Amino acid sequence: MTTLPASESSFKRISRSLNIPPVFYFLIFVFLFSGILDHYFADGQMFSNPLIMLNIIVRSVALGIVAVGQTLVLIGASIDLSVAYTISITAVMSSYIMQGNTNNVPFAIAGVFVIGIAIGLTNGLIITKLHVNPFIATLGTSLLIKGIINATFSNYTGSVPQGFEYFGYGMIGPVPVSIIILFLVVIIGWYMLARTKFGAHLYGVGGNSEVARLSGVRTDRVLIGAHILCSVTAVLSGMFLVSLMRSGAPWVGPNGFYDLNSIAVAVIGGTALSGGKGGVWGTLAGVLIFGVLSTAFNQLGVNPYLKIVFQGVIIVLAVASYTIRSKKEAA
Amino acid sequence: MLEEIRTTPAEGSAPSQPLLEVRNITKRFPGVLALNDVSLSFLPGEVHALVGENGAGKSTLMKIMAGAYIPDSGEILLQGERVSFNHPREAQQKGVSIIYQEFNLLPERTVAQNIFLAREPGKFGTLNVAELNNSAVSVLKEVEADQLISPTAMCHSLSVAEQQIVEIAKAISFDSKVLIMDEPTASLTSTEVKILTDLIRKLKARGMAVVFISHRLIEVFDIAEKISVLKDGQLVGTVMTRDTTPQEVVHMMVGRDLDHYFPPLGRTEDFGDVVLQVKNGSNEFLKNINLELRKGEVLCVAGLQGSGRTELAQALFGVIPFKSGTLEVNGKIRNIKSPPDAIRLKMGFVTEDRKTEGLLPMQPIRDNILLTVRTLQPLLGSIFKDGIRNSRKLVPTLAEQVDLRADTFDREAQFLSGGNQQKVVLSKWLSSKANIFIFDEPTRGIDVEAKAGIHDMIRALTKEGIAVLMISSELPEILGMGDRILVMRDGQIAGELPAKSTEQDIMLMATGHSSSQDAKNNESVGKE
Repeated sequence: MTTLPASESSFKRISRSLNIPPVFYFLIFVFLFSGILDHYFADGQMFSNPLIMLNIIVRSVALGIVAVGQTLVLIGASIDLSVAYTISITAVMSSYIMQGNTNNVPFAIAGVFVIGIAIGLTNGLIITKLHVNPFIATLGTSLLIKGIINATFSNYTGSVPQGFEYFGYGMIGPVPVSIIILFLVVIIGWYMLARTKFGAHLYGVGGNSEVARLSGVRTDRVLIGAHILCSVTAVLSGMFLVSLMRSGAPWVGPNGFYDLNSIAVAVIGGTALSGGKGGVWGTLAGVLIFGVLSTAFNQLGVNPYLKIVFQGVIIVLAVASYTIRSKKEAA
Repeated sequence: MLEEIRTTPAEGSAPSQPLLEVRNITKRFPGVLALNDVSLSFLPGEVHALVGENGAGKSTLMKIMAGAYIPDSGEILLQGERVSFNHPREAQQKGVSIIYQEFNLLPERTVAQNIFLAREPGKFGTLNVAELNNSAVSVLKEVEADQLISPTAMCHSLSVAEQQIVEIAKAISFDSKVLIMDEPTASLTSTEVKILTDLIRKLKARGMAVVFISHRLIEVFDIAEKISVLKDGQLVGTVMTRDTTPQEVVHMMVGRDLDHYFPPLGRTEDFGDVVLQVKNGSNEFLKNINLELRKGEVLCVAGLQGSGRTELAQALFGVIPFKSGTLEVNGKIRNIKSPPDAIRLKMGFVTEDRKTEGLLPMQPIRDNILLTVRTLQPLLGSIFKDGIRNSRKLVPTLAEQVDLRADTFDREAQFLSGGNQQKVVLSKWLSSKANIFIFDEPTRGIDVEAKAGIHDMIRALTKEGIAVLMISSELPEILGMGDRILVMRDGQIAGELPAKSTEQDIMLMATGHSSSQDAKNNESVGKE
């Protein structure tokens, strides 16, 4: 029989090995604070209605999936600004290929994954082989994709068959399928970073690429791999969005600000823009903080633009607190 | 004991074949012959120290042995076999590891992750965390640090000495036979130095060859069996530690002819009032600094790397201000908390690192020169109001004063030669009418002719009543320019020497081997 202290220590061990970052405490604080405001100034559903909790997570799925990919490239001291238009091209292309016909679904999925891998590969090659700054390189590919889809599609195109909507609306018991997919992506991301050589090398490339290179890490390959994975998460997000919307439109990506928001939530979660530091659990917390805020603002009926102001404040506070903390550690 | 075996090979024990040998190594960099026909051999179970002044070629030699540079000519032999390293990784795989002065650890990763970076255990691309940590523990055990350092500790949480031990552990995990250490003790406290030297003795006992590069002769005499002295890219000689004295080694390091003309030193009657005075100045890098600087004199500050020379300049100029003590400028107590404070008090700081601290390389000469003037003007309107007048009159006047030759003042500073860049920095400070100048390594990386020009210019400044404090790691420059010489050691002023001292005086004071300590060391070495 396990005694209580033993189970407690194993809990601690697990939480440490999962590397749960302090931003989760901040998430709990934001949730409690919003809930209390909701309790006194609105209908108090945030605490009493579990569906609202689920809704917070469902709202976070699209951003959460792509933010996991963004976290990978940020850890590699790179960045991907092309995710928003990768999401758009996925949404448009998959509904265009499907045309409401279930038989076309496998082709559509294969097609968009090929497109995603190609985008990630292009980004990675431009950055590692042509030595273009990642910000500029991915801005460039982003514009390229934007141009292509805007020239080809101007509005909702095609549609997804009803079966495909399972991705966005399906339930397994009481849990939405989309939430399960989000958590799967996060767990795969965690596994990649913490339990594979690829992850260990990616931290090395981002932390100090010269040290990594001299130690024998194939830095270019690692970074290209991270970019491909990032684009693949953007494809997943795009497929999720198109299954929600039932038809793809070229503006889904940019209108959701998935490029800058995915970077913002990763940074709130403790991933350093300078690379070499961070993880997907923090990113998940960052995403949920954004989700709680949206829900709370909806509940309270406050001007939605104020939410954006809050998001801005949180980004700045989070990054400032990390800088202060790392300065303290250094001292 | 080891030495006895070596010096009496008749004993029959295997005559030590060198683990690593370099023969006739020559390496040239643009404008400098960094190494000239250097041959050395490193025996197993021996600590071999490489000493020499800055720029003597120690680092270049070390990097060649570690595969970071490829020599222009000469050969490297590893256990008698000719090898060529095209990449540090090749050297490492063949058993030659190097620990650089600046660490090569990832601060945000654990000790185990750092030791086994790119060699992680695990199948099919996965990472076996348990095995990773266990292997790290066994490597740490080999350096007897398994109690001290946890394999899961983040590297940034370790002390400098612990990080060094992790680097050594990493080197050992490659099964290194030769370990090259560049200034391993430079940033360690004395207790930490003890830990490190103990560890080096253990490595030696296992038959490793340790190459120990250091400025600190005390440690060199403590730990090395053999000392090789490099000077100006050439090997002066190799001596057995027990057969020599620190004085002799210093003499080998510095003994040379002055090959460069310096302007005549100032005359005592030219020196005016004290313009800058520090009493008991201290901060995190400096302890009890007392100094006076007079109008018209050049006060030189000598000291080894890490002795606090640059920190002294930074404290005077408010970059890292003094925390206690008093600082007087022109007889008034002043509180210099930031560079603008110092600039207002008419101080100028020509920094050590021109490219990152002294110049805006992408900006034209004109704007570089006007930078300080502009900081003294109100924020708005300065460029419009005075811009045209300044650039028409002030810039050419200043350029003439420092003999800056450029076809147009619109040329970006990055395209100038080192000497001309230094002149731009200088005129930047002249433009603010500074009368106290601090020079930190004013001639580093500048060719001989331009050096002489800079020296003449510094002396000319003093003729105009400007007080100069000049930091240099080149002893001839210190002796050629200094009207008085301060020697720093461990963040303190070790002593003051008059003009016309010798390089040996300075080195002995800077390495902590002066006066009373000499006697002790001589005894311990058992000679003289």
